[in-house]
Order: sequence, then structure tokens, then C-alpha cells
Amino acid sequence: MSFLRRERSVLPGFGLSLGFTLFYLGLIVLIPLSAAFIKTAGMSWDEFVAAVWSPRVIASYRLSFLASFAAASVNAVFGLLVAWVLVRYPFPGKRIVDALVDLPFALPTAVAGIALTAIYSKNGWVGQWLEPHGLKIAYTEIGVFLALTFIGLPFVVRTLQPVLEELEPELEEAAASLGANRWQTVTRVILPELLPPLITGFALAFARALGEYGSVVFISGNMPMRTEITPLLIITKLEQYDYHGATALAVVMLVASFCLLLVINLLQKWSRRYYRV
Amino acid sequence: MAAAISTTLSHHTSHAAVQRATHDPKWVRWTLTGIALLFLACFLALPLAAVFAEALRRGFGAYFSAFAESDALASIRLTLLAAAISVPANLVFGVAAAWCIAKFNFPGKSVLITLIDLPFAVSPVISGLIYVLVFGLQGWWGAWLMEHDLKVIFAVPGIVLATTFVTFPFVARELIPLMQAQGSDEELAALTLGANGWQIFWRVTVPNIKWGLLYGIILCNARAMGEFGAVSVVSGHIRGETNTMPLHVEILYNEYNFVGAFAVASALALLAIVTLVLKTLVEWRHAQARKS
Repeated sequence: MSFLRRERSVLPGFGLSLGFTLFYLGLIVLIPLSAAFIKTAGMSWDEFVAAVWSPRVIASYRLSFLASFAAASVNAVFGLLVAWVLVRYPFPGKRIVDALVDLPFALPTAVAGIALTAIYSKNGWVGQWLEPHGLKIAYTEIGVFLALTFIGLPFVVRTLQPVLEELEPELEEAAASLGANRWQTVTRVILPELLPPLITGFALAFARALGEYGSVVFISGNMPMRTEITPLLIITKLEQYDYHGATALAVVMLVASFCLLLVINLLQKWSRRYYRV
Repeated sequence: MAAAISTTLSHHTSHAAVQRATHDPKWVRWTLTGIALLFLACFLALPLAAVFAEALRRGFGAYFSAFAESDALASIRLTLLAAAISVPANLVFGVAAAWCIAKFNFPGKSVLITLIDLPFAVSPVISGLIYVLVFGLQGWWGAWLMEHDLKVIFAVPGIVLATTFVTFPFVARELIPLMQAQGSDEELAALTLGANGWQIFWRVTVPNIKWGLLYGIILCNARAMGEFGAVSVVSGHIRGETNTMPLHVEILYNEYNFVGAFAVASALALLAIVTLVLKTLVEWRHAQARKS
């Protein structure tokens, strides 16, 4: 490594900082994560399949996937709207609204969970108006979807905002001087520019929703086969001392989220290249 | 004369057409702003308000008595302890990682950056589970720890470790792009003037990155104090001993002590609000510093 230092930089501290970085990364992240894979490798194939492909587990995959997908889609639509309004239109209290968008990052998930449950349960502020009409939200799939929408909200807004801010007005003026009306300018000039960050934000919100636990457990009611998300199933198995089953499920989720991480990295590279041109 | 009028007119109309095509009409602006604000009010402001409304449902007496309980105080102490260990640890790591990534070139750098972000991609529940697999009774070092009468899982060390894992990337991912953008020119200048490594770091680098550093610490601390899923797996929920504030909220809630649960939750919500205010201030100062 010393030849690298001589070649690239005369600043001191390379060995110390890289050494400490790798040591700490290994100790806190890599060794514990590898434990999950090593534990699963000790299972036979049949055991593994039995643990990750039973009807109850499949029902949880279905709910986790569909609710996360729906939540990320809603966030994509409203996130685009919120980012657009925050960047383009002046209105009083904008700075406060802008800060509030990060609330789901700052508010502990358990607090969000009990707050949402209180609002949407039978006697809550919203629930008391909806339940008489037959629309139950708390302790149903809709509740899971709402909680996931809450925690995914900042991702789309925060990935779109910087791109929208840097979008040059000349682009729209050029479209206008070529005879485009506002609708054409928005749909054919602005939206295509926003597509890469929009998809990135969607993927980030989706990935976060898949693994979410704290905000969902309170509002979902946790009924097996109906409102049980996959992370909750891992906890249930752990509480029954089924360490193999819990770890096998964890490995399935880890592989899924690593694939998503890869997709997100590629998306970000794509959108960055898109803007450099 | 007529020709002059017609060119002015056409010029005028084309200007109006450009205006129409680059600016949204008033009704569109108002409708979109209205929908966006309504959405944010329903999804963000309403839950926040609900926390305080539920906490104060039985008045201030019941509210403050929730904090007088010894279990609640123990949970506050544990939450502060976990943050007091994990945030500085991740701070030192973040600075070290940013220093070697931003100031030097070495093979595998982009892989290292991806690995640092890894904990964000892992479900909180799994973040707790992996420590159970390493330190739990059935885990790799479980038997050894038993022999030496050490407890990690269902005890404070496990909670600190899980908290450190979930807050691992915060400081590093703030500092890496910031230090990469700043380059090494100022540090190299200090070096030619005869400064040693620590002098360069404390007198040149730290003043340059202080806002990014502060930003990372604020976000890291908020997550450390609020983490629920990971800590829940390793804690064992022993009242007064291994319950952090979010776990204490869960226990009170499941016991139908709603006022108590929301009272402790409101303290965490206040922490979130303080975090957002500090974050906005730091962003603002950072923008100011960059302008000047």
C-alpha cells in the first residue's frame, strides 16, 4: 500500500484511516451479516425451502411486496407534486413545510406507529368517520399501506428536489419559443428529465418499506395469513426459538434488498450520466 | 406605420405565448399547492399532532406522572447511554472513512463506499437478528460468553451494538461527498508549510467540514435514540433494565396505558422536532458558508 501513497498523495494517515475503516466495518457490519449466511448454509435444502416457502410465509411476502409497491407508487405521485410545489411556487410557511417533509426520517418508527393507529382506529380522528361507512383502516392491509406510505414519503421528494432546482429555465423557454404550450412543455420536456430521479426515489421508498417494522406492527394487527409482514414473521420465529427459520427468512430478505441496492446504484449512475450530457 | 404596429403586436403575442408556456396559470398553482399541502397535513402534521393530543388527553398531571415512574427514567437513561456510545463511535469511523476515501486513491474504493451504505439496506429486524446469531446463547460466541459470565444479548452491550449498526453510515455518507468535493489543496498547502498530520486535520480539515460533521451527528443521534426494530430483537424487554424509550412506549401501549405510552412518545416526537429545526439551521448556515 505504501507505493499507492507515494504515487497518489503525500498526505499522511492513509494506513491508519483505511485500516481503522476496514477493521470497524468488518467488526460491526460484515462479520455479523456473514453470520446470517453461514447459519443458513448449515441448513439442508429441504429445511430451507420449508422455512421460506410455507403458505404463511408466502402470504407475508405478498403483503410486504404489494403494500410496499402501492406505498412507493403513491409516494412517487405525491412526492413529485410536493417537490414541484416546493421548488416552483412561493407560498407562506414554505421553509417549515420543507423541514416537515423529513419528519418520517426523524420521528422514531414506534411513535409513528402508535400515532397512526390512534388516528385510524375506531375512535380515532379519522377512523370514527370512516368505520361507520364500512371502511376499516387500522388492523387491515390498508393500515399497513398507510404506515409504509408515511415512512417512504421523504425519499421521492428529496431525490427530485435537487434535480428540479438545477433544471435550467432555458429548456422551457426553448420549448415555448418553438411553439409548445405549457402542457406539452411539462409532459415532453420536464417530465422526461425527472424520470431517472423519480424511479430512483421510488426504488428507495420501496426498499425502505420492504424492511420496515416499527411503524407497521401497531397498525397491522398482526393476523397470520392476513396482516403479517415478513419482518414480523422473523420476530415471531425468533420468539419461538426457531433460529434457523428466522435466519433463512432473513437471508431471503437480505438477498432481495441487496438486489434492490444494486438496482438503485445503477439507477443513480444512469441519472447522473443523463445530466452530465 | 401599419407594418410597425403589426410587428409590435406579433412580438407582444409571442412574448405572452412564451409566458404561457413557461409559467403555470394561477389556478393551476393554487390547486397544486393546495393538494400538496393537504397531503402533507394528512400524512405528516396529523400524526405529529395526534401524539401530543393523546399524551395530554388526561391533562398535564397524568402526562408528567408518566415520566416520574422509575421504569420510564431507566429507559431514558438507557437511550441516552446507547446514543452516547454509538454516535461518537460512528463519528470517529465516519471521519476515518471519509479521510481515506476522499484524500487517497486505492483499488476497491467504490466497493468500500457501497459496503459502508449496506446497513441502510438491511431491515432493522435483521440488524438485531445478526447480533443474536453472533452473541446469543445459540450463537458463535454464546457458549464462551456464558463461561465468562458475560451477557451481550438481552443486555446493554447488545443494545449498543444494534444501535451502532443501524446508525453506522450516517456520518460517513455526509462527509465522503463533502470532502471529495473540497479536494486536498488546502491540506497540501498546510503540509508544505510544515504542518504535521494532526495539525492539518484539526486546523484545516475540521474547520472545513464542521457543518457536514454536525449534520451527520444530528441525523445519527436522532436515529440512535429512536431505533425500535433492531433494539427490540436484542433487548429482551426487561423492564427498568434493557428497555429503551421506544421499547418502553411499546410496553405501555400493549398494556393499554395509552396516556403513558403517548407521553413518552411525545418526548421522542419533541426530539424529532428539535432534530428537524437543527437540521434546517445547519443547512442554512452551510449554504451561507458556501456562498461567502
